[in-house]
Amino acid sequence: MKAINVMKMSFYSRSVNEGFARGALAAFIAQADPTVPQLADIKTAVSEAVTNSIVHAYPQQVGLVYLTVWIYPEGQIKVTVMDKGVGIENIQKAMEPMYTTGDPEERAGLGFAVMQSFMDKVKVTSSTGKGTRVTMWKQVGAGR
Amino acid sequence: MARVHFSSSAQVLAAYLSGEIDHHSAQNLRQLIDSEISETMPEQLILDFTDVGFMDSSGVGLILGRAKRMQAVGGSVLVQHAPPSIQKMLQLAHVAYQS
Repeated sequence: MKAINVMKMSFYSRSVNEGFARGALAAFIAQADPTVPQLADIKTAVSEAVTNSIVHAYPQQVGLVYLTVWIYPEGQIKVTVMDKGVGIENIQKAMEPMYTTGDPEERAGLGFAVMQSFMDKVKVTSSTGKGTRVTMWKQVGAGR
Repeated sequence: MARVHFSSSAQVLAAYLSGEIDHHSAQNLRQLIDSEISETMPEQLILDFTDVGFMDSSGVGLILGRAKRMQAVGGSVLVQHAPPSIQKMLQLAHVAYQS
């Protein structure tokens, strides 16, 4: 299926950009006329994916995070969040709820669980030393 | 951007959160709340989410971290006034709240 519209952006893996990414995403997908809860779900899922890249992809340095959003006919939204960082060694383990390599006192380890719960479909591909790509789909619009 | 202001009375510290809680803003909120806990030594910490417009799982980390801290000194945490957009996140994380 051919996209009606597409938006691509990249930004440094600085935590201040988490809010910027959500704002840009929300402004772009408004044209697909999502309901308020659907928009909140997509913003939350993308915030989780962007935060993962910012926290884990580039230890001790700054790298680029790539956000791409496609709008297809009938309100189908596809989002990819990609980085060219360290990659994930064991994706299955990383996606287990409550698993985190971050500070267990402050990180809930719920990022992937949130993405899977708030979106229709989530796919994660990663290559050690090359980076990680999270692709997510959600159908939006009244009556969905 | 997220903010917090406090009110304290009779062993209860209430933290009124507002704005968007994500990994970036949670770091600052954590420091502000922990510093207020150290100062007032409450038996109960109330986290009020009335004016929070967005929260991802970093907010869950913020709640759980404060709960551990309060429990370590025999205290407790109450999460209250969570808007509908945040209730879904709290339910997923099995965090008890008063709406």
